[in-house]
Amino acid sequence: MLIAVWKELKKAPFTAWFGIAVILSYIIVAFFAPVLTPYGETQVVGDEYAPWTSEFLLGTDNIGRDMLSRLLYGARNTVGIAFVTTCLAFFIGGMAGLIASTVGGWTDQILSRIVDVLMAIPQLIFALLLLTIVGTNVVNMILIIALLDSTRVFRLARAVATNVVVMDFVEVARLRGEGLWWLIRHEVLPNSTAPLIAEFGLRFCFVFLLIAALSFLGLGIQPPTADWGSMVRENATLITFGDITPLLPAAAIALLTVAVNFVVDWMLHASSGLKD
Amino acid sequence: MWPILRMVIQRLSLGLLTLFVVSVIIFSSVEFLPGDLAQEILGQAATPETVAAFRKELGLDRPPVERYFTWLGNVAQGDFGKSLANNREISELIGQRLLNTLFLAGFAATIAVPLAITLGVLAALYRNTLFDRMINVFTLTSISFPEFFVAYILILFFAVNWGLFPSISNIGPETSFWDKVYRTMLPALTLTLVVVAHMMRMTRAAIINLLASPYIEMARLKGIKPGRVIVKHALPNALAPIINVVAINLAYLVVGVVVVEVVFVYPGLGQLLVDSVSKRDITVVQASSLVFAATYILLNLTADVLSILTNPRLLHPR
Amino acid sequence: MNDKSEREILLTIRDLHIEGFSDEKWNGIVHGVDIDLHKGEVLGLIGESGAGKSTIGLAAMGFTRDGCRIPKGTVVFDGLELTTAGEAKRRELRGSRIAYVAQSAAAAFNPAHKLIDQYSEAPTQHGIMAKSKAEQDAVDLYRRLRLPNPDEIGFRYPHQVSGGQLQRAMTAMAMSCRPDLIIFDEPTTALDVTTQIEVLAAIRDIVEQFDTAAIYITHDLAVVAQMADRIMVLRYGDLVEEADTRKMLSHPEEDYTKTLWAVRSFQKPQKQLAGAGETPIISVEHVTAGYGKSVMVLHDVSFDIHDRRTVAVVGESGSGKSTTARCITGLLPPIEGRILHNGNELPADFRKRSKDQLRQIQMIYQMPDTALNPRQRVRDVIGRPLDFYLGIRGKEKEKRIHALLEQIELEPSQFIDRFPGELSGGQKQRICIARALGAEPQFIICDEVTSALDQIVAEGILKLLFRLQEELKLAYMFITHDLATVRAISDEVVVMLEGSVVEAGPKDVMFTPPHHDYTDLLLSSVPEMDPDWLSDLLEARKGKSMAPAGN
Repeated sequence: MLIAVWKELKKAPFTAWFGIAVILSYIIVAFFAPVLTPYGETQVVGDEYAPWTSEFLLGTDNIGRDMLSRLLYGARNTVGIAFVTTCLAFFIGGMAGLIASTVGGWTDQILSRIVDVLMAIPQLIFALLLLTIVGTNVVNMILIIALLDSTRVFRLARAVATNVVVMDFVEVARLRGEGLWWLIRHEVLPNSTAPLIAEFGLRFCFVFLLIAALSFLGLGIQPPTADWGSMVRENATLITFGDITPLLPAAAIALLTVAVNFVVDWMLHASSGLKD
Repeated sequence: MWPILRMVIQRLSLGLLTLFVVSVIIFSSVEFLPGDLAQEILGQAATPETVAAFRKELGLDRPPVERYFTWLGNVAQGDFGKSLANNREISELIGQRLLNTLFLAGFAATIAVPLAITLGVLAALYRNTLFDRMINVFTLTSISFPEFFVAYILILFFAVNWGLFPSISNIGPETSFWDKVYRTMLPALTLTLVVVAHMMRMTRAAIINLLASPYIEMARLKGIKPGRVIVKHALPNALAPIINVVAINLAYLVVGVVVVEVVFVYPGLGQLLVDSVSKRDITVVQASSLVFAATYILLNLTADVLSILTNPRLLHPR
Repeated sequence: MNDKSEREILLTIRDLHIEGFSDEKWNGIVHGVDIDLHKGEVLGLIGESGAGKSTIGLAAMGFTRDGCRIPKGTVVFDGLELTTAGEAKRRELRGSRIAYVAQSAAAAFNPAHKLIDQYSEAPTQHGIMAKSKAEQDAVDLYRRLRLPNPDEIGFRYPHQVSGGQLQRAMTAMAMSCRPDLIIFDEPTTALDVTTQIEVLAAIRDIVEQFDTAAIYITHDLAVVAQMADRIMVLRYGDLVEEADTRKMLSHPEEDYTKTLWAVRSFQKPQKQLAGAGETPIISVEHVTAGYGKSVMVLHDVSFDIHDRRTVAVVGESGSGKSTTARCITGLLPPIEGRILHNGNELPADFRKRSKDQLRQIQMIYQMPDTALNPRQRVRDVIGRPLDFYLGIRGKEKEKRIHALLEQIELEPSQFIDRFPGELSGGQKQRICIARALGAEPQFIICDEVTSALDQIVAEGILKLLFRLQEELKLAYMFITHDLATVRAISDEVVVMLEGSVVEAGPKDVMFTPPHHDYTDLLLSSVPEMDPDWLSDLLEARKGKSMAPAGN
């Protein structure tokens, strides 16, 4: 299987390679942040809004913390939290979707109606509503976003699995007397991996942007944690002076999202085999 | 014609039902507040008597179902209750702001929709050419940018460096139409950039899918000129998928407005919502959420009904 | 003798090569084919799938699909070299002088426009007629093709018209500009046998009336025998043999041609009927079933299947044959009636049956592509029933898998580790058979198992099934719509129409008159390899004054 992946990789366009390179570098930064950064995450080291010098490569922020260090730590926080949330959403939605399509009947109907209703309210609005009620802290945010996003994963997992479930080979297994878990594990899942992986990438992007937006609005990850969304908010006034420093965390968000999108785009293209 | 009428009515009723259920969710989500709402608002220092009196005033002592229907009834008449933060009538707060938000969204949509559809159709027709590939990379990049990023870039260049447009969109009920347009140009542009990318990609995919249909090949085999094939054969069948795409994105637009309003300090419903969330002004949050949700549902409903009405198989049944 | 070959040449194709792009490179589809077509002549292109017939048909119009190209060769139509002529010139010819009739009329008509508008499009766009004249012409053609309500049928939308009628409407549309040449690409393949007759007759008449030349592409030998003056046999993009129809049918020269012709000759001898007292292995008793409360698909169906016999269940689409299979296997519990196995009633729902009960009844499906999990190797596919039903593991299991592979005539060491994607259609179907055999059942349901396969491959599968029946003493329920298959392998025949059993009995009895009217219709609608068959049948039916051509 790995050989097949490598063969595809060799054919991949420049954008896919660029994406993979970026993703890898972000992962490295996230892991090795404490080693790479010159200063601490929340350490106040100088005056506020200091310009870019050799001491503070990217200047300081609104309280006097080193921008570069906070930027690097942000990888850990923002990306890390987004990743955990996506995994959770994927697990909940994916399981529910696979079960709904394999079992069918009332289970499928009920789950689908619940999801329809949850999806009738725009995610950002719903998230804001729930956060108002339970309070804005990181754990709540992760749980709420995971729950809301699992609906999208549910829809996709269900659609993909349904395409597999109507195949004769699944009926063969069912008629044999195989149980639900055997069917899911041996028949449905192996034939759904490519679209599911692609969807993981897409959901990650969405969750990542949503968390960044919430933090930007001051309702997500709270200071003093280094988080790209709130860092943009904290330093926004610099824009009016023509300083691009606040754009850096925003660019960091954009860059990772672009990279993941490029890779997912290539995957979808390669797996569908469309002459598109 | 009758079966199609039945389908439309079915869809409308479903929409109404969804709206109803959503209102229940929005209303009852407050029930899950840990602790007591009145206590939360008045704070720990309040005496039990004050809390009790406040609860009575808020109507919290009555059973939930009764409260829900009272609330619903009021909403239907335009009374959303009072803001907990400043005790003003919510309907006053929302009224003008809703109009502003709709103006901004409408402005963005007017630019975005024709642009996206045209680009999408062109990209589909000239797929795999350099033009198409460049557009693909550009839109992929565009949908990856957080709205605030795009907003600040635009502010940096158009407002700060070149001074063409204001960085804060201050409008009021007395602002003239063209003045409004001028002041909201940057936020509208921000929204447009993000939405165009999504819409264009979806349109392109839908058209490519359509162009692979056997009846398109048949038209070509009859010797019909390419222009006519597109206009007479592809487009009539493209209405449904394109309407679908537009509606999905308009619904998205309604939500994307929130961040943009905050960046540009635009007096819209989104900014109100965000402020209320920070202040934990529950009644305002409830009311704004309801309005947003209703708009979203309405847009999706319109999309579904329109796609039913443009489906030739349903328009002319056996 | 084909007197049409004396007339002037209309189309000349020389050394035609066509390539298709897949797996990152250009692969040859057609490797140098020559065709000469005279005015008014009907040429049959016949071959199995992959022969390149459709591609050649389109190339005759100077058209290649996306991902195909013509690297070499010439296509000259009435003096004009199409491969170098330029798209504008080719577009002029298409629709006006060369027309195309696709395999699926339902897909080839634009759902957004009325039939008559699509008819008049070609003549008006090519500047041949005004719209009103074209509409009158349409009605005339619909009448000639014996469509019901010719005056108003054109004003309907494609989805409001049935399959056979749509196919004729498409033929009419092809005629709209009175072309010199029409390419018919498998026009009746998707139709029921009884519908097919009307369409074949209509096509033949209209082509004669307007003295149009035609290229008739099909994989069905009996059909091509009716329609063509001359036949070309193709295989993997190469010409195998070419001759006038009558000569080709009576004296084929090449071995491949002879094999193709012989496919219908395999017949197993009629078995002795079961004795009166023998308990049938499967008994369907008064089964009424349907999906949902109101839509009944089966009405009071009863028949028996005895040990070591093959019962063929025959019918057209919608007859309920597959539904009956679903009732027997327990996928669709009947509303009324019951299923008996060796005299014992089986639980109606498969979920309530024991493992052993499930083991005894196995099913093989029509499409081997969807019946095999693409992510499982042959070893796992065949091995699973062994350990699930019979508890066989380890070395013993490995031995059994090898034995089964040998039984289905596939070399074990070569095939055991392959994925379905690496196998051909026939090989995949054999694996499905092995999978069914692994459970050591008494009874196997074969649901249209050869319908999706090429004729030579299908014959191999039938022979295999027959051999296995003798060796392993199996009973078969053979569902099919193809009467030739029925004649070949059945002992008893059950004829179904719209959910009811119309007639049932031993094969020999069923194939000799007198019959139920429907059986008669069904049997007579199967094309024979005799060029006069269609004409004779139409004469006979006219004599019996059958109902007018509407379906």
